[in-house]
Amino acid sequence: MKGLLTALGIVAGLFVVNGLFAGSLVPGVSISPYFLQVICLAGINIVLAVSLNLINGFTGQFSIGHAGFMAIGAYSSAYFTVTFGDRIQKALGFLPGFGRESLLLLLGLSIAALLAAIAGFIVGVPSLRLRGDYLAIVTLGFGEIIRVFILNIDAVGGARGFSGIPKLSNFFWIYLFAAVTILVVYRIVHSSFGRTLVAIREDEIAAEAMGVHTTRAKVISFVVSSAMAGVAGGLFAHYLMYIHTNSFTFLKSFEIIIMIVIGGLGSISGSVLGAVLFIGLTEGLREFAQYRMILFSLLLIVIMIVRPQGILGHKEFVTFLTRRRRSIGAAPGTTGAN
Amino acid sequence: MTTFLQQLVNGLSLGSIYALIALGYTMVYGVLRLINFAHGDVYMVGAYVGYYLSRKLQGKEPSIISALLVMVGSMIVCALLGMLIERLAYRPVRREARLTLLITAIGVSLFIENVAQLVFGPDPKFFPSLAPRTDFIVAGVRLTSEQITVIVVAMLLMLLLRYFILRTRTGKAMRAVSFSLDASRLMGISTDRIISITFALGSALAAAAGVLIGMQIPKIDPLMGIMYGLKAFVAAVLGGIGSIPGAVLGGLLIGISEVMVVGYLSSTYREAIAFGILILVLILRPQGLLGRVQKEKV
Repeated sequence: MKGLLTALGIVAGLFVVNGLFAGSLVPGVSISPYFLQVICLAGINIVLAVSLNLINGFTGQFSIGHAGFMAIGAYSSAYFTVTFGDRIQKALGFLPGFGRESLLLLLGLSIAALLAAIAGFIVGVPSLRLRGDYLAIVTLGFGEIIRVFILNIDAVGGARGFSGIPKLSNFFWIYLFAAVTILVVYRIVHSSFGRTLVAIREDEIAAEAMGVHTTRAKVISFVVSSAMAGVAGGLFAHYLMYIHTNSFTFLKSFEIIIMIVIGGLGSISGSVLGAVLFIGLTEGLREFAQYRMILFSLLLIVIMIVRPQGILGHKEFVTFLTRRRRSIGAAPGTTGAN
Repeated sequence: MTTFLQQLVNGLSLGSIYALIALGYTMVYGVLRLINFAHGDVYMVGAYVGYYLSRKLQGKEPSIISALLVMVGSMIVCALLGMLIERLAYRPVRREARLTLLITAIGVSLFIENVAQLVFGPDPKFFPSLAPRTDFIVAGVRLTSEQITVIVVAMLLMLLLRYFILRTRTGKAMRAVSFSLDASRLMGISTDRIISITFALGSALAAAAGVLIGMQIPKIDPLMGIMYGLKAFVAAVLGGIGSIPGAVLGGLLIGISEVMVVGYLSSTYREAIAFGILILVLILRPQGLLGRVQKEKV
C-alpha cells in the first residue's frame, strides 16, 4: 500500500513538473526549450547508465555496445509508430487524445524492449558462456554492425536518417521510465538474484562452486540491461522525432561507460550522478567541444588509477554520506576481481 | 578460377595486415591477459607517422630506400608510444581487477583517437606513394607491387618475430612470462622489462601494418584503427588468443574471408563477416584454432 502511494506520488509529481516545464499548467511559467531538452536527454542517459550498471557494475561483465541496443529500440519503435501509428490511433478512437498517444508510446516501447532483449540474448549466450573479456569485444563489434545494418535498410531512411517520428515522449515519460529503471534495478540488486550477480562479480569460480548457474544469471542480467537500453532508445526517438545512426556509434557506448565509471560501478545513485554530471559537463563545455572527449578519456584513466571504484564506489549516495552500513556487495578491498 | 585466385591474392594481402596487428593483441594478451583496446589506435598512429615521414621525404624519387626509412621510422615511434602507454596507463593498474585494466585500455584508446583528431585533423588524408608501382600479371592474376610488398614485408616481419621469440634470451623470457607472470618473476626475470618489450614489439608490428595499409589503401583517418583493431582482435581469437602462429593464421583467414564475401556476395556484409566468425568461434571452439584450453584456476 505504501509502495503504491509512493508510486502514485511520483507519477503525480512528474505530471505536475511536466506541466510546469511545458508551461501548460501555470500560464507564463515555463523553462527554455533548450534547458528542457538538456534535462530530458539527461533523463534518457540515466536510463542508459543505470541499466548498463546492472551488467557492468553489479554483474562485473563488461559490455561496451549499449548504444547498439539503444539503436535497435529507437529504430524498431519508431518504425512501429510511423507505420502503424495512424491505424492504432483510429482503432483506439474511443479514448481521448492523451490516452491514445500514451498507449501508442507504450506499445512502441514494449516492442523496443522486446527486440533489444532478443538481440541481447543472441549476443549474450555465446559470449557470456565463456569467462574473460569476450563480451566486451562481441558487444563492441555488435554495436558497430547493427549500425551498419540499419544504415543499409531503406525502410528506416538508411543514411538519410529516420524522420517524421511522432513526438510521443516528453519529460513526464522519460523521467517515469528513469524512475521505473531505477526501481527495477534496485529491486533486482536487492533480491537473492542480485546477490547472485554480485557473487559472480566478486569471484565467478567461487560463485559457481556455491551452486550458482553463472551463465544463466549473467545472460538474464544482460538481457534485462539490453531491454532497458531499448526502452531508452524508444524514448530518445520519440523525443527528438528524428534519428540517425550517427547517434548510436561506439562513442555513445563509451559515453555511457564514462558515466557509470565516474559515478561508481555498482552504485545506482552513482550512475544517476554520473549521467547528470556527464550531460552537465558536456553542455557546460560546449565551447571546448573538441577537447571534451580528451578530457573525459583522461578522466577515465585517472579515475582507474586513483580511485578505480568511481566517486561513490559500490555505495549508494545515502550510505556514502552516512557510512553507517556497507551497501550491497561492498566487500572491503575487492573490486570485481576475477 | 582466375577470379578466385585474384580474390585469394587480395585476401592474402589484406590478411597480412590483420595478422600483423593481431600479433600485438595476442602477445599483450599472452603476458597481461588484457585486451589492449588502444592497439588499433597505435596502428592508426603508425599510418600517420608514415604519412608525415613520407611527406618529408617527398621530392625525392619514390624508392625502396625511402620506403624502408618511412617504415622503420614509424615502427620506432610506435614502439616508443607502446612503451609509454604501458608505463603510464597500464602499469599502475596492473595488479587491479581485470575490469579496471580493461576500462583503462578503453580510456587510452579514446584518448589517442581524440588527440589524433585534434592533431591530425578529422578529415581523411591520402598516403603518398612510396615505391614505384608496377603490375605483374601471372596466370591472368594481377599482382600489384604494393600487394607483393605487403605480403613479403609482413612475412619477413613475422619470421623475424618468430626468430626473436624462439631463439633469443629475451624471447625465452617473454614465453616464460606469458606462461606464468609470478613464477617467472621468482625465477629472476625482470617482468616489467619484458612486458615493456612486448608492448614495443607489438606496437612496432602495428606501425608496420599502418604503413603497409597506407601503401595499399591510401586513405587514412584518425578512427581507422577501430575497425581494423576489432577485426585483428577477432583474428587473434580465431587463431587462439595468446598463440603467435594462431594470430598469423587467423589474420590471413579473416582477410581472405572478408575479400571473398565482398567479392562473391555483397560489400554490405564486409564488416559483419568478422563478427559472424567471432560468434561461431566462441560457440564452437572458444580456445581458437591453435590455442590450448586453459583451465581457470583459483
